[in-house]
Amino acid sequence: MRRFSLPTLLAEALNAHTGWSRQWRNPTPKPAYDVLIIGGGSHGLGAAYYLAKEHGLRNIAVLEKGWIGGGNSGRNTTIIRSNYLYDESAALYEHAVKLWEGLSQELNYNVMFSQRGVLMLAHNQHDVQSFKRHVYSNRLNGIDNEWLTREQTKEFCPQLNISPDIRYPVLGGALQRRGGTARHDAVVWGYARGADALGVDIIQNCEVTAIHRGPDGAVTGVETTRGPIGAKKIGVSAAGHTSMVMAMAGVRMPLESFPLQALVSEPVKPCFPCVLMSNAVHAYISQSDKGELVIGAGTDQYVSYSQQGGLHITTHTLDAICELFPQFTRMKMLRNWGGIVDVTPDRSPIIGKTPVKGLYVNCGWGTGGFKATPGSAHVFAHTIARDEPHPVNAPFTLDRFRTGRLIDEAAAAAVAH
Amino acid sequence: MLLVPCPYCGPRPEVEFRCGGEAHIARPADPDALDDAAWAEYLFARTSPKGLHAERWLHAHGCGRWFNALRNTVSDAFITTYEMGQPRPDIAGDR
Repeated sequence: MRRFSLPTLLAEALNAHTGWSRQWRNPTPKPAYDVLIIGGGSHGLGAAYYLAKEHGLRNIAVLEKGWIGGGNSGRNTTIIRSNYLYDESAALYEHAVKLWEGLSQELNYNVMFSQRGVLMLAHNQHDVQSFKRHVYSNRLNGIDNEWLTREQTKEFCPQLNISPDIRYPVLGGALQRRGGTARHDAVVWGYARGADALGVDIIQNCEVTAIHRGPDGAVTGVETTRGPIGAKKIGVSAAGHTSMVMAMAGVRMPLESFPLQALVSEPVKPCFPCVLMSNAVHAYISQSDKGELVIGAGTDQYVSYSQQGGLHITTHTLDAICELFPQFTRMKMLRNWGGIVDVTPDRSPIIGKTPVKGLYVNCGWGTGGFKATPGSAHVFAHTIARDEPHPVNAPFTLDRFRTGRLIDEAAAAAVAH
Repeated sequence: MLLVPCPYCGPRPEVEFRCGGEAHIARPADPDALDDAAWAEYLFARTSPKGLHAERWLHAHGCGRWFNALRNTVSDAFITTYEMGQPRPDIAGDR
């Protein structure tokens, strides 16, 4: 791997940029690997990277049915924050934010992580009380989060309409200044480049069609559209398709897959300084470095793999955004799309071992997996390499649905996230 | 937005309906007899298939009646509807 640096950039500038090589290889699959990761999104590629980097494994492949980053890694709204209520979640997402803070240096790849602040608006008394509780809980966990009054929200985000007579008046907000956004494609490419340099085979256009198990029940490999591949351990990181992949190994999951929609506007000059979320009206908005407003909407109510959702869901979000930001009423929306998100009953992810020996799963991120990427990948790699969870993901077992030790972020936030 | 074929009122827009999730998950007759794994299976495990999905719908802002539907989760097309309590129709194919 040729490292990016000022000298290489200057040298290439004089060389008309003809000397850059491909960022990762396009290998043909070997007959067998020590570890297979199913799913070449940011979580899967990241797990492969940390397996090679921190656990010394070299014989690893990532199997992707399409192209890397073509699924939810490229379909999210790139919001990063760690202001979760429960201790377990706070530890997990804060682990990720800490890794985000050094990720560009770690990968020698600019992931454009921008800590511009995430402001969550309170529109009613319940929101106010709930967010203040979050602020106090976060502070006890060493996570920055502060309460802003109505006037202070306007000061932080001058575009906001705080008139008392709008449909959803703003009563205040919770601000995490260390939250922000990152370039989601760069995260995928950075991890792919880093993993490839450490010897990981990234195999695209390779869909897994069956999981093979030996007489003792342990996994022995997979059947793919590019032939059989043996494996000692398999990590499933397949997001919305996890239920299907796990069914190949005979494991039923507490998951349902729903379409989650997002959209972007035409690109405009910098006009929006932060990430703004409103749980009550279900709107997320930020401005990308390309200048597009990036807007997240809600999930549809039915199970679907169609990668498109109902127009009424996006319309509902846009109605709210137009009322909160009258300046955006004349913006044209350029594209909208859906991603298929796998949702658990308690809206917390599952990262850990499964009833099948040698099979590990990282799923259930629902509508909020991007923010956790480095943390999720890091602890998943630890779980696969050591065959036991990292302390951070130890509570996020599949078994918690049997024991009843749920991590109920659905109830904590009163919204899917 | 889906056009949902209510068997009692005809096709109506999705906003009139609530989707009740996967159908044919019967509450165990004797919960006390179950162990934790079986109870978790009833409460939480779902099929979430890519293909035909049997699910419950409520025409909340219409006739107010529940019905079952067989829908393709790839195309979102409704294949058929049937009454609550009836077994899943034997329709082959997953596309």
